[in-house]
Amino acid sequence: MNLHSSFTYRKVVDRSMAVVCAICFALAFIPLLSVLWLVVSKGAAGLSWSLFTEVPKPVGEEGGGIGNALVGTLYMVGLASLIGLPLGIGAGVYLAEKGDGAIGSGVRFMAEVLSGVPSIVIGIVAYALVVIPMGHFSAVAGAVALAIIMIPTLARATEELVRLVPAALREASLALGVPNWKTSLRVILRTALAGIVTACLLSVARAAGETAPLLFTSLNNQYWNLNPAQPTASLTVQIYNYAVSPYDDWHAKAWTAALVLLIVVGLLNIASRVLTRSRLKGAR
Amino acid sequence: MARTAVQLAVDDGQHGGRPGSGNLGDRIFSGTLLILGGMILVVAGLIVLNLAQLAKPLAKEHTLWGFITGIEWNPVEDRFGALTFLYGTLVTSAVAIVVAVPVAIGLALFITQFAPAKLGRALTIPVELLAAIPSVVYGLWGLFVVVPWLRTSLQPWLGKYLGFLPLFSGPPIGLGYLAAGLILAVMILPTVVTVSVEVMRTTPEANREAALALGATKWEAVMMAVIPYSRAGIVGAILLGLGRALGETMAVTMVIGNSAQISASLFAPGYTLPAVIANEFAEATSNVHIAALAGLGLILFGTTFLLNALARVLVNAVQKGPKRATG
Repeated sequence: MNLHSSFTYRKVVDRSMAVVCAICFALAFIPLLSVLWLVVSKGAAGLSWSLFTEVPKPVGEEGGGIGNALVGTLYMVGLASLIGLPLGIGAGVYLAEKGDGAIGSGVRFMAEVLSGVPSIVIGIVAYALVVIPMGHFSAVAGAVALAIIMIPTLARATEELVRLVPAALREASLALGVPNWKTSLRVILRTALAGIVTACLLSVARAAGETAPLLFTSLNNQYWNLNPAQPTASLTVQIYNYAVSPYDDWHAKAWTAALVLLIVVGLLNIASRVLTRSRLKGAR
Repeated sequence: MARTAVQLAVDDGQHGGRPGSGNLGDRIFSGTLLILGGMILVVAGLIVLNLAQLAKPLAKEHTLWGFITGIEWNPVEDRFGALTFLYGTLVTSAVAIVVAVPVAIGLALFITQFAPAKLGRALTIPVELLAAIPSVVYGLWGLFVVVPWLRTSLQPWLGKYLGFLPLFSGPPIGLGYLAAGLILAVMILPTVVTVSVEVMRTTPEANREAALALGATKWEAVMMAVIPYSRAGIVGAILLGLGRALGETMAVTMVIGNSAQISASLFAPGYTLPAVIANEFAEATSNVHIAALAGLGLILFGTTFLLNALARVLVNAVQKGPKRATG
């Protein structure tokens, strides 16, 4: 950059860089629009009632649905939430309330680093933890993998939300003679609750979209299954299997299943957004 | 809402004595929290232990160096080398970084510097949407939209004008390094943008205003105040994106062609570490085969762990504010 160059030249550079940045913005959103448009336009044709009530049919047979896969995804994400949400929130509260020392910094750093570990690696860990001792693939193994994925991100999100609670609230409570632990639980956590619920919804949405850690933990299942010890179908694995198959009919089903998955993930995201907004309004 | 919360706690009545650390309730509460926080370390330990345990049988016939530099991957004869997959992972990630980083930094600058404040905040919503789309959906889109487009449009065009470079030689197949790299670029974009925006926003407004007051144009202010201040954090953002690209599984598996070969051309099909784990793990029967795949997982874990650690150190340093002079 040369401040001795002419003013016009510097103006031109300035304007053109602003335009370049705006173009970057456009470039980034072509893929977003393309993905959304294609999933909706290609997927909508396959939507029907039987899609949600039937199990997949073999190649060549008309019809069939992804009901078992949708239920399987919700079931495994539910199981994962039972393990992952309490541990994630708990670790987050620890970081916010007691995490200022050396151990806290270590835990925080580890949570940040773990949230970047590839989900397929977590799949291998769940395989070693659950599938090998059980001797076969199962819904529980998939849920454990998803839970491990949820914990570190949820912990960091919870920490930040709890830290947003004004210190004056804690001081007011302590000044009134309320013990520390009750202040944390009844004042700080209650105030941060809406935010924590938001973080939970986002982490559930993320878990619902995971495929890689399910490939060799919950595997797949052609039938309905709610037995935690049995292999279970999931939307994401079903989309993958349909997509890489050589059949046009299955490709169409992959798009429809992708639409259903996007709707599930989208609803969770919208719900979290609505909650965030009402919380912000409440604070004003 | 907050006041009622305080009131409720007070109305509850039965406070067990003084507010202090000597209180039994406090000790139980602190202890429980410490255990919950410790779970993060336990999880980290479990990951390392289980991967190592699973990969152990591999050590019988393979040295670490031999495993990393071996080209042959033959589960039938128990010969395993990771080089092909390492190469594919590095090439696809490099393509993703080269494509995504300029766009991401431009977009982050647009959001933080050039767009009006309200628009800038609104623009983060589509970025979050990009991040929220599941990777298998990106894979589906890549397989049926990007791959055909590459085969019929981009690759023939690149081949015509840049075909003399080994990088763009060979028949336009569609499936391959280029397809995987481009889809990875889309997928890591939100990570790089979000973290870059965060670190750029930590630039003290006074630094920028000082540049503007001295007569700098907006762009010059960016180059003099914003970039120097947030440089380390932007590098961190890129490393986080790289970590994500290295470990991304589904989208890559669906478009890379899954062919265990090393080619100089980006048009050729290849294979990556996560892709081979995804394809072979469920069907692996011999202990050594599983061990070899777990070994690949261990390499992947080690690499992404170090990258993320480095990235976090850089980003956190910028967010805490530098002790050095800036600009």
